[in-house]
Amino acid sequence: MTEHERQEPELPEQVELTEERFAELEAEVAARHEAEERQLLAETSEGAQELAPRTSTSAGELRSEVGAVLRLPEGGYVDPSDIDVEERDDRTMIINMGPQHPSTHGVLRLMLELDGETVLRTKPVIGYLHTGMEKTGEELTYVQGSTNVTRMDYLSPLNNELVFSMATEALLGLELPPRAVWIRMLMSELSRVASHLMWMATNGMDLGSTSMMIYGFREREMVLSFFEKTAGLRMNTNFIRPGGVAADLPDGWEDDIDVLCETILARSYEYDELLTGQPIFRERTEAVGSISAEEALALSLTGPILRSTGVPWDLRRTMPYLAYDKVDFDVIVGTYGDNFDRYSVRLNEIRESIRIIRQVAEMMPPGDYRVQDRKVTPPPRARIDESMEALIHHFKIFTEGFRVPEGEVYVAIESPRGELGCYIVSDGTSKPYRMHIRAPSFVNLQSLPLLLRGGLVADAVAVISSVDPVMGEVDR
Amino acid sequence: MSDAAPATAPVGAASILPEVPRLPSHLVDQLAFPHRGTYKQMVRACRDAGFEMCADVCAVDYLTHPGRSLPEGVAPERFEVVVNLLSLSTRQRVRIRVQVPGSDPVVDSIVDVYPGADAMEREVYDLMGIVFTGHPDMTRILMPEDWEGHPLRKDYGVGRVPVQFKEAPGPR
Amino acid sequence: MGIEDLQHNFLTGRLEDLVKWARRNSVWPATFGLACCAIEMMAVGAADYDISRLGMEVFRASPRQADLMVVAGRVSQKMAPVLRQVYDQMMEPKWVISMGVCASTGGMFNNYAIVQGVDQIVPVDVYAPGCPPSPETLLHAILTLHEKIRTGEITRRPGSAVKAGEQATGGWTPTVPDAVRVATPR
Repeated sequence: MTEHERQEPELPEQVELTEERFAELEAEVAARHEAEERQLLAETSEGAQELAPRTSTSAGELRSEVGAVLRLPEGGYVDPSDIDVEERDDRTMIINMGPQHPSTHGVLRLMLELDGETVLRTKPVIGYLHTGMEKTGEELTYVQGSTNVTRMDYLSPLNNELVFSMATEALLGLELPPRAVWIRMLMSELSRVASHLMWMATNGMDLGSTSMMIYGFREREMVLSFFEKTAGLRMNTNFIRPGGVAADLPDGWEDDIDVLCETILARSYEYDELLTGQPIFRERTEAVGSISAEEALALSLTGPILRSTGVPWDLRRTMPYLAYDKVDFDVIVGTYGDNFDRYSVRLNEIRESIRIIRQVAEMMPPGDYRVQDRKVTPPPRARIDESMEALIHHFKIFTEGFRVPEGEVYVAIESPRGELGCYIVSDGTSKPYRMHIRAPSFVNLQSLPLLLRGGLVADAVAVISSVDPVMGEVDR
Repeated sequence: MSDAAPATAPVGAASILPEVPRLPSHLVDQLAFPHRGTYKQMVRACRDAGFEMCADVCAVDYLTHPGRSLPEGVAPERFEVVVNLLSLSTRQRVRIRVQVPGSDPVVDSIVDVYPGADAMEREVYDLMGIVFTGHPDMTRILMPEDWEGHPLRKDYGVGRVPVQFKEAPGPR
Repeated sequence: MGIEDLQHNFLTGRLEDLVKWARRNSVWPATFGLACCAIEMMAVGAADYDISRLGMEVFRASPRQADLMVVAGRVSQKMAPVLRQVYDQMMEPKWVISMGVCASTGGMFNNYAIVQGVDQIVPVDVYAPGCPPSPETLLHAILTLHEKIRTGEITRRPGSAVKAGEQATGGWTPTVPDAVRVATPR
């Protein structure tokens, strides 16, 4: 029996662990950790996109960052001592809020300069959700385009699809059948209701009312189940396509809509009880985040923010599209441009949308839900078995897509956040040459430095919420 | 430019109606094609003529589509900066398209005319590489700080990662 | 020398069950909602698809207090280091659910801006497909994770899981989780 010789493994040189050696090793490990942390910090810092400390910012930049929006008339002069540019740097601190934060409504990063609890300067740093959707849009055909665009403003996806389809149809020169137009209107208004309910939920949550979050989602589920019944998906539906809509409304939809309208309208008055009259809510939202109409126009703000300042600009009323000139609704306008006005504008817009939905349900015309142009609309699936032409059309539309004549067009609609525009440049092929979406939240975020100036940090959360940014469309 | 006249694109610019307007007449925009040097003047004139809001600033890279239709007197360049202005009082829009050469992608910033163009111009700089002189903060806004290249240009690839499927027949 | 070194016997086996039971019935998610999937994640937290019945309704903002990171949405290049930083700040034991196709593989956005799968950055335990996954899909993913905690090892170190026939991977390339049947034998 051979004795298996155990081979002594090669051990590293035994090192005496003296005090100094221990201290050295400790220092090494600490230095390595520091270097890793520094590298990670460097990777997450955005350099010139962040807020620079007060001492390294020029007076001109400081003036613009403290929120001076309205430019001086020619020859005007600003006394630098009017603006506290001279404040010592060590009295203020620059803190970072986000991008991972429970209240920034997505991946918004804010650099705040604070003097105690008061916010002086703000700089939003965005781009954490940049998806390259405009570049992707150039690679997808017009048929596939709405799947891409619908994921921008993911709280009201049907509006994105609507504006893209309208731009494509403008280039194609298509005239839609009336039923398609009215179905689109129905879905767009339902989407607005869902978006505003979601806003009420998150706004309530940001102000501390968790029950509002639950109520908002409870109502929203009703709208989403209607979407699931009609379009197949709860969100990102890809239902509104160039040429019409993807499918007809299901049987019994009038009853569903009836129940939906009644329930949501009744419950919207419950929200009044919960929030509108409540003293704490009023204190936290009145006179917080005020903006004037001139500042709002200068900053290109649209949507509930603009309407809360008193400007009655709603594209559904002033530059009507679809069939909005045939339904009766009011444009809700605020007075002071503060958080409370924006809240009440949105709450009442829910009620106005319910009113529109009721009228649409009454006045829905019969007919086709898609334009019958064979070059644009794929044939019904059953026809593919029977007709060669139908098969070829189906094949062409879904592989190559339909060609759109050369040209460029800008179409804008009123999304729950403001003016949602789509600028398409077509070069005659089946893919857009350039597809640009004018996202309302991207522009509305410019108001944050102005709205947050002079407020408290707790108000910062409330103000961001009332601006209602959706980072999907901010970053695209 | 009299104040009494309704807001229209300023005289002196080549303005044409687009050839494919299938929108209702009140949604058809007017177009204007100023030269790069007079662009800011025209924007200022539009603002004075009643276009209170700048709805959108974007840019298009015409590298692979140079043969687009333009009115006479407008020489096509690689880039085009497109500005959409909106008049709330007369419910009209005007679209201003400026030709910007690819070799010298610099144009004036309209931030002191319309402060709302701030973020939009930064986005154009970030994604297209067109520099706006006079902009208070010309830094990237969507891409990371140290990104190289301007993604929306036509010579910048999509960055597609090839996906390996079993029995994959070929690309896409 | 911790609980993971104990040999299985009737006493410590039961203790391990207890620990796993405690861990899987109060998995607290960290808020990492990025895009559209975040809305469906919020819907799961709301009344209709209540995850409070699973003990998970407390979405902790601080990663130090969270066990589970549900990466809900597309991860852009700018967000990737932030994601890694938040993951590193979470305490062991921690799990990751990659919710939606964008988080799992990059989804429909195969371009310069989106990380093609969050498993290039953090090790993932469960992938939930869908665009966005409906709340029921996310609930299934969470129950899958609970199953994994119930049947898995008591501490999960990325890359250290050695199952029969599988080699222990050196780095932290994650092993794809097994398909789960609810009545998995021990």
